[in-house]
This record gives sequence, C-alpha cells and structure tokens, in this order.
Amino acid sequence: MTDKNNTITEVPAAGNGLLDRRTLLKQGLRFGVIASSSMAAAGAATKQFADSVDAARPPWMLEPGAEFSLYGSPSPHEKHVARFAAPNRIMRNSGAAFTPLHLLEGTITPSGLHFERHHNGVPAIDPEQHELLIHGLVDRPLSFKTEDLLRYPLISRTCFIECGGNSTAGWNRTPSRGQAGYIHGLASNSEWTGIPLGTLLEEAGIVPEAKWLIAEGADAFAMQISIPLEKALDDAMLALYQNGERLRPENGYPMRLVLPGWEGVTNVKWLRRLKLTQEPVMARNETARYTDLLPSGKARQFSFIIEAKSLITSPSPGMLLKSGPGLYQISGLAWSGKGRIRRVEVSTDSGASWAQAQLQEPVLPKAFTRFRIPWRWNGEPAILKSRAVDETGYVQPERSALIKECGRHGFYHYNAIVTWKVSETGSVSHIYDEDENNGGDISIDAGWD
Amino acid sequence: MMKMKTTAAIFLLMLAGTSVTGADFPEGPELGDPADAQRIEHWDRSIMPGGQGLPSGSGGVEEGRAVYEQYCQVCHAPGGVGDSGDQLAGARMDLTSDWPEKTIGNYWPYATTLFDFIRRSMPMTAPQSLSNDEVYAVTAYLLYLNDIIGENDILDAETLSKIEMPNRDGFIDSYK
Repeated sequence: MTDKNNTITEVPAAGNGLLDRRTLLKQGLRFGVIASSSMAAAGAATKQFADSVDAARPPWMLEPGAEFSLYGSPSPHEKHVARFAAPNRIMRNSGAAFTPLHLLEGTITPSGLHFERHHNGVPAIDPEQHELLIHGLVDRPLSFKTEDLLRYPLISRTCFIECGGNSTAGWNRTPSRGQAGYIHGLASNSEWTGIPLGTLLEEAGIVPEAKWLIAEGADAFAMQISIPLEKALDDAMLALYQNGERLRPENGYPMRLVLPGWEGVTNVKWLRRLKLTQEPVMARNETARYTDLLPSGKARQFSFIIEAKSLITSPSPGMLLKSGPGLYQISGLAWSGKGRIRRVEVSTDSGASWAQAQLQEPVLPKAFTRFRIPWRWNGEPAILKSRAVDETGYVQPERSALIKECGRHGFYHYNAIVTWKVSETGSVSHIYDEDENNGGDISIDAGWD
Repeated sequence: MMKMKTTAAIFLLMLAGTSVTGADFPEGPELGDPADAQRIEHWDRSIMPGGQGLPSGSGGVEEGRAVYEQYCQVCHAPGGVGDSGDQLAGARMDLTSDWPEKTIGNYWPYATTLFDFIRRSMPMTAPQSLSNDEVYAVTAYLLYLNDIIGENDILDAETLSKIEMPNRDGFIDSYK
C-alpha cells in the first residue's frame, strides 16, 4: 500500500492494518481521533477575519496577550481534562478520584490529575506542626520536623502508584461503559523526590529483630498499614516533592511514603509515624480490605506487588475516529511493579495476530511506559487489545485466564488485557471476549468506603 | 589487643548510626530529635494481634448497642448489614459462594483489629471521640452480632485478646 504521494511503502506488522513503526517515521501522521474544540474555534475565527486586511491573523494575534500568571493553569479549552470522583454516598470525602488517562499523553501525570484515594478526606496539615515519629524496635526513637527533613540528602525517581483497587469494574459481568481513565485511572505516574527511607531508619538505628514497619498517616482515618522492613530498605522513599514541587495536599503534603511498584495503600500519605516491629499489626486495611478473596474461600494477604498491566488510551471508549478510514496511531500505557516493561504487543484483530509496539524511551522500572504503533484502519469493525510483558517475563493475562485463576471476587489486583471495539462508524466501546451478558450489570462486591 | 580493636570498631559503627542493614544509604544531617517514652505512648495507638497496646477499660453488648445506634447505624444500617458503610454482620452467602458476603464474623482474622480500627478511624464524622469503654462496648456488640461472643460477655484487654476469630486461618501470605 502507498500513501497519497505514492512515496512510501507501508510495512505490515500484524493483521488488520497494524504497521511497522518505520512507516510513521517516514510519512508522519494524519491525526484523526478527536477534533478538538480549539481547532474548531480557530477555524471559525479564521472565517470571521477572512475579509479583513490581514486575513491570515486570528484575533489573538491582533491584541496583546495576557499578563504573567504566578501559577499557571491549563487552557480554558481543556477544562474537560479532569479527575472523575467516585465518593462514598454519605461520606463524600471518602472514596476515589480517577486520573483521566484517556485524555493524557506521554508518561507523567500532572500533579493536579494524580488519582486520589483517601479514607476520610484530605487533611489540612500545617507543615510547621507536623512531625514524623520513628519508634519501636530502634536504638533511638526520633522525631523529625518537616523543615529539618528538607535538609536531608534527596533522591528523585519516576514511578507509578496504582491503587490495589484499580480497574475493579473489570470483575463485573458486563463491560463498564466508562471511559478508559475512569475505569483504570487509579494509577498515575510522577517524578517523586525525597529521602531514602533507609537514611532515616538508620539514624534511629534498626534493632536486628525488626521485620516490619507500621506506617500511620495524619489524616482523620489515621491510615495504618504494615510494610516489610525489607521493602523499606530496598527502594522506599519518604517523598517531599512531586513533579518538582512540594506534594499536593491530596497526595500527602507535607510527606508521604513512596514504595515503587507496590499497591497504593502501602504508599501512606501524610505520614506521621513509623513503628518498627517483629510482626504486622493486622490493620483493617490489610485484613478486612486489600486482601484478595479466591474461589477457594481463602484470601491472599500482603499481595503488595502490582503485576504487569497495559491499556490502549487512544483510541478508547468515548472517542470517535471521525475522519474515517485512514492512518491512526494507537497509543497506550504499560507498567509493572516488578521492573521494566520489556515489550507491549498490540492486536487489532481480537488477538489473532499481534505486533510489537514502540516503547517511548526512557523505559524506567516500575514506571509508566508509553507505547505507540501506527494503524491503518480500513473502516470495518476492529477489536483492539494490548498485552504487556515485563522484564521478569510475566505476560499480562487475558480476562478469562485471570478470572479462572482468581475468581470474580478478589476485588483487588485486576490486571487483565483490556479490549476495545471500534465500530464501522468509528465509535469505540469496551467489550469482553466472552459472551457474558447474562448476568446483568452488577455492582462490584465492595465500595470505596 | 585484637579483641579491643574489634570492640572499638563496633562502638564507632554504633556512634556513626550505622545499623544492621549494611546497605549504603546517603548519610543525613542527623536532625532527628530524641522522642521520649511519654510522647511515644501518647502517639502509639497500634493494637497488635496478640493484644499488645490494648488499653484499660471494658464494655458489654448492651452499652455497645447504644453506641452503635448512635454513631454507626447511619452508615452500617441496623444489625450491621451494611449500607453506605461496610457490611459488618449477617452474611447470608459464604466466602465460596457466587456472591460472597464478607463480614467481621466470616472474614476478619483478628478481633484486635476491630478495636484498633474503631478507635483510630470511627466514627468517620468524629474519629477518636469514643472513650475506650465505648470502643470495647461497640466491639463487643459487633462480635455479638456475628455470634462470636455471648450477650452477657464483657470485653476488656484480656478477654478481647483471647478471642479466636472463625476465619483466623483464611489467609494466604502472598509476600512470603
């Protein structure tokens, strides 16, 4: 096949129009997923000035622009790019708010769009009154003031945080009709800067018998969770900064734990206390919740690690391939709590054939990895999937395989392959491979309390 | 002589704050303030599964029912069957059914967790507002609703830490 100028030969990478990435490099793309409102406005403006002296200039070129802003905000044309909140019905400060993954590109989640999960609201912490206590099995129990911690040696690393309860709608018997980020967006990716936790623990002096850390937050919930000391001394961080600025209140200001690759609930926000112990405290959020019920009736506990996962963010439900058949770019995110993403495979024929997508460098361990692949849509219905493989060789499972292994009531750690259907009109919807539309649209078996 | 040197080396290591980890963490400016026992006691509200940390005080089922009706029922519904708040009791479907219901009685592995959680987090509108006696009482009421204790049982640090929950062995440690 050749393009309009008959200059480039497209190289197929898999069935149903998936192309070798070099196709893209040579001829560029005609983007057609969503015509943005600003483009439409620009068109109208151009028309309005068509008869004026300088027809080529839109109105914003005919007057001085705005003054400086002391803290910038997104364009007013981008107001729809927002978190989606799913609060508890009565306690509306409890629950979760999703990152709009389907409206973002690249890998960094803007701080104001990082997902939120809190159990009793965002505390209004005065950093001058906030202290971090380290006690228990230590030689010297210590208390740290926020301002003193800012003087400690800092490190930065980019990693994702994903709530263990992300994508729970996937367990439902009928496919959720939500947009991609509003199903899978309890996952976000930031550059975190803070103090290696080991630096602080060693200052207190770890007693050899210590095996666990009990972490507690300074919110109204007094969030409490147990963390193996091994992880704390591996790559855990007391984070003070997110994407270059101090943490946002909803993400733990003035300090939080970041445990790369581990489920969000262990990344305790508003951290105020670390107690070193020989055993876990068996907190409500590591027993009654954040445990994964199996078909046997037993439940997995301390299932901290996020397994490899991916999804196509564009095109995805709610979008329209409105310019019709032609060349599109499929773009998505992959991540693994066990390390780097090794490869992501994409299919547009429901898994009959797969092509390897291009991974955007740098591919960082335990971080969002952007994958992209060109696709020439022929205008017929197509079934899109992505499948992540991480550096341990773990392959993201099909939904049927995940359910076969874990049942339907694990609630947490849903990481199955996500399937989108592109209709002949170019609309995109969420489907399951299996015909399961006999169970009704059930609610998931635990809420966001 | 050799022995003295070793002892001195260990002493120096301790002074330097080098611990048992052996890992290489950046050295900090050591600005942590010593925390005294009173401060720690005041802050530490963790109740361990063996009962360590349980305070003095006690409570029974009847007082607990009153606490529940006043503070808990609005979210958890009469009888703990759940509403906007978790289902706490009254499971009709067991954990292996097609529609499992997880409650304190059939799911929670430790009774101490109840005391710890209620005292630190509940009621959501006024956390830490209940007295230790009230927390023991409402814990007793919830255990009674789940057929774990009798109507006339009294909970205190000793009796609570001795309770064996039915689903104590219902968990598989995924981290090990």
